[in-house]
Amino acid sequence: MNDDARDAVARAHRAEWARVVASLTRRFGDLDIAEEAAAEAFATAVRRWPADGVPPNPGAWLTTTANRKAIDRIRREGKRDGKHQEALMVHDDDPPEPAGAIDDDRLRLIFTCCHPALAVQTRVALTLRLVGGLTVPEIARAHLVRETAMEQRITRAKAKIKAARIPCRVPSAEDLPARVSGVLAVLYLIFNEGYLATGPGTGPLRHDLTAEAIRLTRLTRALLPGDGEATGLLALMLLTEARRAARVSAGGELVTLAEQDRGAWDQALIAEGHRLVRERLAAAAAGDAPGRYQILAAINAVHTSARDMRDTDWTQILALYDRLVRVDPSPIVALNRAIAVAELDGPEVALAAVDRLEDALSGYHAYHATRADLLRRLGRSRQSRAAYDKAIELAGNAAETAYLTRRRDQLR
Amino acid sequence: MRYLISVIDDKDDPGSTDRQPAVSAFNERLIAEGHWVFAGGLADTDTATVVDSRGERTLFSDGPFVESKEYLAGVWVWEAPDLDVALRLAAEASRICDRKIEVRPFQ
Repeated sequence: MNDDARDAVARAHRAEWARVVASLTRRFGDLDIAEEAAAEAFATAVRRWPADGVPPNPGAWLTTTANRKAIDRIRREGKRDGKHQEALMVHDDDPPEPAGAIDDDRLRLIFTCCHPALAVQTRVALTLRLVGGLTVPEIARAHLVRETAMEQRITRAKAKIKAARIPCRVPSAEDLPARVSGVLAVLYLIFNEGYLATGPGTGPLRHDLTAEAIRLTRLTRALLPGDGEATGLLALMLLTEARRAARVSAGGELVTLAEQDRGAWDQALIAEGHRLVRERLAAAAAGDAPGRYQILAAINAVHTSARDMRDTDWTQILALYDRLVRVDPSPIVALNRAIAVAELDGPEVALAAVDRLEDALSGYHAYHATRADLLRRLGRSRQSRAAYDKAIELAGNAAETAYLTRRRDQLR
Repeated sequence: MRYLISVIDDKDDPGSTDRQPAVSAFNERLIAEGHWVFAGGLADTDTATVVDSRGERTLFSDGPFVESKEYLAGVWVWEAPDLDVALRLAAEASRICDRKIEVRPFQ
């Protein structure tokens, strides 16, 4: 295939996949048919565009082609009665939908993929497949599961959506806040799966997950412009992603925020993240109370504004954590708040706060890693070593284990 | 679309027993809104009899077919346009019954 046509298919795939699947889902009321017909349409583009040239409106070409493929399949399977088939034929060459309606289709599709009646891991997989357009083998590799297992998970989910009649629509006003936060939770999970990359066999595709999560969050934010948390989540992802290159050393060791080479941070992502955070700060000043993602984004904005660790405005960070505790009183938030307390009031005060979390967090490696660091700063080497041992035992990530091991071995 | 709504109780942690008036009022509403198809509370699992005619002879045995901590305490059959409507009603039903609810579509 010539490069121009290949690029055009790749671009169309990124830009149009969700639109094609979503409009077919609305028209045929069947995710399975929509997904398969969309995949066939893109496969046809791969074959035809190099020879025939790239059509002037690739999106319309793909939608029309996918519609024909769907009708072919329905005819072939004879699943529909004659009357329904006839109705489908009449609409065969529908003009493309106006942009507004298509956007609504994609939003409906996102809500269906992130439906609370589906298991969380299933929501992630369905969103990556139907909205993100990743292939089943790609999703399977990213989640370190076998292709057949991922295929089954997605097939079962589509069957449940059909059999239980999970609707493809924007939820009613009373359900909307909870459902939007469910969608954002799925997107954040996709991002973290790419960013935290646990397990020894973490290939480059897991890093693609962060890019995909950012892309899907941009889309969700564009579709829900009034939702401050969607903006907050996008800002949080951008400000986290900006630090990726500095986060792991050349030797594969995790580099903490304090030791990162801030010159390696991505300034373009930081600038965009800061702009979004300022947008939300203005909204907060106008009385729109910020949620969890907006506060986390603001915390990351403070970190990414500092030239080095000492330059960090810890008073501001602690104030933001105090707000976050009110929105999300989880022990993990309390643990992160204690890290800010250590910078302001010293490691002894912070250690007392961390020790109060033992019952809730004794199985969590970051709890022990935080304790180990505070004990080290207090010169309590023996206890620090024991805490590092525990953290190493619980850590699931090779880069983090390498960092903790070096820190432990540096203790005197 | 029809859904079977199973009310699930827990032998170790039973739901409260004073819910009948609230459930009756809820049933009235289901009827008024066109969701109600059937409803019934079940007697204790100990009263069940299992019948098996798959072999040559019919076998009767005493008790539920599976002993478990959690058991089916009652059922509804609802008519609803889609799962979102059924789930919203089920969320209310769970609060009203003080018990867990399973929502399962008919084929």
